[in-house]
Amino acid sequence: MSAIERRLLRCTAVTAALTLVGGCGLGASSVESGVSAKERGPITYVAGKDTSGVVPKLIKRWNDRNPGEKVTFIELPEDADAQRQQMIQNAQLKTDTYTVLSLDAVWTAEFAANRWIDEIPESSFPFDKTLGPINGTVAYRGKWFAMPYTSDGALLYYRKDLLEKANVEPPKTQDEMREVCGKVLKKQPGMSCYGGQFEKYEGLTVNFSEAVNSAGGQVTDAKGNPHLDTPEAKRGLDNLIKGFRDGTMPKNGITMMEETGRRAFEKGRLLFYRNWPYQYAVSNTKAKTNKVVNKFGVAPIPGEKGTGASSLGGHNLALANTARNKATALDFMRYMTSDEGARMRLTKASQAPVFTKLYDDPKLAGQFPWLPVLKKSIVGAEPRPRVVRYGDSTKVIQDEAYAALTGKKSSEAALKSMQKELNALKP
Amino acid sequence: MAALLVSPTLLVLGLVIAYPVLSALYTSLFTAPGIDPKTGFVEDGDSFAGLDNFTSIFSAAGDRFWNAFWNTSFLTLTSVALETIIGLGMALIMHQALRGRAWVRASILVPWAIPTAISALLWRWIFDTEGIANTIINTEVLWTTEGFQAQVAVIIAEVWKTAPFVGLLTLAGLQIISEEVYEAARVDGAGPVRRLWSITLPLVKPALLVAVLFRLLDALRMFDLPYILIGPGKESVETLSMLAQDEAANVRFGPASAYAVVLFLYVFLIAFAFIKLLGADLLGDRQSGNGKPGARKRLSLMPGNGRGQQKEATA
Amino acid sequence: MTGTTPTATSEAPASPSAPASPAPAPGTGARPRPAGNPWATGFKYAGVIAVAAWCLAPFYWMLVGSLRRSDDVFATSLWPSPMSLSNYRGVLDPSQGFVRSLVNSLVVAGSTTVLALIVGIATAYALARLDFRFKRLVLTGIIATSMFPVVAIAIPLLKLFVGFGWINTYQALVVPSMSFALPLAVWNLTAFFRQMPLELEESARVDGCSRGQAFRKVILPLAAPGVFTTAILTFVMAWNEFLIAVSMTNKQSMMTAPVAVSKFTGATEFVQPHGSQMAAGVLVTIPLVILVLFFQRRIVAGLTAGAVK
Repeated sequence: MSAIERRLLRCTAVTAALTLVGGCGLGASSVESGVSAKERGPITYVAGKDTSGVVPKLIKRWNDRNPGEKVTFIELPEDADAQRQQMIQNAQLKTDTYTVLSLDAVWTAEFAANRWIDEIPESSFPFDKTLGPINGTVAYRGKWFAMPYTSDGALLYYRKDLLEKANVEPPKTQDEMREVCGKVLKKQPGMSCYGGQFEKYEGLTVNFSEAVNSAGGQVTDAKGNPHLDTPEAKRGLDNLIKGFRDGTMPKNGITMMEETGRRAFEKGRLLFYRNWPYQYAVSNTKAKTNKVVNKFGVAPIPGEKGTGASSLGGHNLALANTARNKATALDFMRYMTSDEGARMRLTKASQAPVFTKLYDDPKLAGQFPWLPVLKKSIVGAEPRPRVVRYGDSTKVIQDEAYAALTGKKSSEAALKSMQKELNALKP
Repeated sequence: MAALLVSPTLLVLGLVIAYPVLSALYTSLFTAPGIDPKTGFVEDGDSFAGLDNFTSIFSAAGDRFWNAFWNTSFLTLTSVALETIIGLGMALIMHQALRGRAWVRASILVPWAIPTAISALLWRWIFDTEGIANTIINTEVLWTTEGFQAQVAVIIAEVWKTAPFVGLLTLAGLQIISEEVYEAARVDGAGPVRRLWSITLPLVKPALLVAVLFRLLDALRMFDLPYILIGPGKESVETLSMLAQDEAANVRFGPASAYAVVLFLYVFLIAFAFIKLLGADLLGDRQSGNGKPGARKRLSLMPGNGRGQQKEATA
Repeated sequence: MTGTTPTATSEAPASPSAPASPAPAPGTGARPRPAGNPWATGFKYAGVIAVAAWCLAPFYWMLVGSLRRSDDVFATSLWPSPMSLSNYRGVLDPSQGFVRSLVNSLVVAGSTTVLALIVGIATAYALARLDFRFKRLVLTGIIATSMFPVVAIAIPLLKLFVGFGWINTYQALVVPSMSFALPLAVWNLTAFFRQMPLELEESARVDGCSRGQAFRKVILPLAAPGVFTTAILTFVMAWNEFLIAVSMTNKQSMMTAPVAVSKFTGATEFVQPHGSQMAAGVLVTIPLVILVLFFQRRIVAGLTAGAVK
């Protein structure tokens, strides 16, 4: 027993000391920086559970080619919050367990500012070949901290069959959309005009940002300064509130997440629905509750005057600060983000690519009719707030926007406190 | 001898709980470092903040804290009360069940055995706007939006999952009551209601109290159910544990630990009050059990006690 | 209670006066016994059915959901049609490692239960029967450990176990689970032991039993329902523990079942893998129920047999 106690004491002392100095790595003694990495050897790739089945194949191919630099895949839970938590825990412990991290596009600033990830050398990654706005999600203070891996942008799904019957074109602006609804919905009982994601979660931040961007406003600029006290921001939010008040959006629209809305669209409850490209394949799959197979099309989301501006989603690959064998890691990141991998992810899992070349490939566009529309959507897209304290910022946005949409606050009051609180979150 | 028997428990608890709790207490005195405006990087090392994390819970974040405090208290009170009543009812019914008790017992275990995260998903799906709950009541209730209906949804799911916990522990308590006590009461002419009040309840009280006490401790720390079923950041169901989680998720371990400590003190207070008011006999002092007429009667009729298990074995 | 007789006979000498069962025993009272009353019996069965329905209806919905095709999961028909086992095939696919995770859960929950019971029984006995200083303090201290939110414990604990080199080991899962289960085990068992008649233990010791023997042969069998219930609850708690399990492991071969479920995915990151989660829920729950049914007979029979030796 005393032996156990002694061991226990020793260990607690060690960890307590670690907590005290808040540093001095447990695993790695001195780590090299990502920009001048030379060490090679086995590494790990850490990502949320792979939906495509492509990742194990890509890793196997890499391991066959590089026997001395084996990659092990560490799969994290499916839930994005859980992934982030695991990665932060690893960074807090300063172990070298995690090497290459697959980060949600909105986490880059936070991970970079906390030095949980390394700056990566600009020269060895093809940043010039990606669609412009995507690079906004991998830079922090003018330096590169990750390589874009997959992208995502908003599409407007519409009922092609009904629009053709009424002999109208897909709308470009929000007013046109209301007009089309006026014509079509008279003969469609139980159908509402438009839906998006307005449940209180990340989707609300996305849809709110898109509303503000589409009205010509900006939630935060590239430096992280909020601009919500502007007339554009107010018009953006008011457009959403009006949508709920006048029945353009259904009452249960406030509970919609990507999938709830998709099901409503498939049941024939919505004429227009804003969602990510993944829905295209899903809604074309026969199911008991799906009435829209081959009956829908996609267009860019409508704005106030002309096409709206989408938010950017997607994932980026970054290099964990406390990792070993960073030279191998950089090679592996290049390999994973390469054209070859991107093509595989697109064809096998409908994951949107980051390279301009793939969007312009006519063969792929034939196979994935949404690709050209998505390109337009991404080219006109705005990243979501690029702030270090993203978790707090998105919560502020959700709190205030939700209060405004449910009528608890006026749009003015909501935007005012949003502006104030986002300002307080700035460094 | 006592030390020998007690120390393994204390050792395990000391290792796994005491150290982390002390570490959390320590952490609660620090704040996360700020960002250096020049480099854009977070500065090194946490800075000592004294009790700032605690004072800001009540001042800066006061509204949110008190809202979560009342939510926690309301959800705990209602769901534990319902669980106690339903759980006790279940136990009484199961105890009476002559045939197939093993099967009923296995079936009441089902809600408790489903992992909370999965059962929260199940209920979220039941309470979907187009889900089975709305189909059954034939109206469109938006269960997951802010409001009383969200609290109702949480309470229903919570009671469903945990009433069996109370039920099982109470049933075990019922099973060690010997039949002779009832026999004697019947001879004395006590009716069923009287027997319930003056024999069953007093004798099952220790087991029931332990069950309710641990339910209280758990419900006060409720987290995943409202988080998954209704969603994070919803005012109507945000609990104190969710606040701690929210702070920790945003890498502010100081404030997160401070919330945890405050919650701990609240739980401790409630548990203390509960034991003082209802269950003095839980905390030691052997004479309490023997002082009651029911218990004394049972003692004199001891031999029959073995039969409780007999029933168990063959049920 | 018609099937009691075979085992009951072995103990009959100890309680000659006790009726073999509460079922109709003629001549014990002037009024008809409640058990003999058809209305009362009807009520009892109605009660049993109500309890089972309350517990099983949502589970049934889970089962139905798990048997639908993944695209039909949100249908509201009471019967899955067309029925499909695709969710189960997906969950049991070797690449998910779900079967392995069930085995891990079994090992972790099993050893947690055994260890927590051994340690808990010893402690509870001391608290119930022995007089020593600081007893209240010990009891208070033990319960106080289940008052801290687990969220706040996870990170310091992780630091501690990294220091031990315990990451990806069973003990990193068993020891925390044990500590979460021990307070309930100790408190509950203490309550049960305290209710056991002192006289019986004393008479056993007069007959030449040591304190340990008296405890093992007299008290433990009498407290069997309490011990058994504690075992079930401990097992379930350990079986379902998630936060610690997900932090302490990063190898697929060490995942427990709840961790494996958290890694299920739909076709893309937005599609909730609802069908497979429900299927997994069913698969996680069924072994527990079978175990309980099995041990219900074995353990209790064993303990009771020990009592008569």
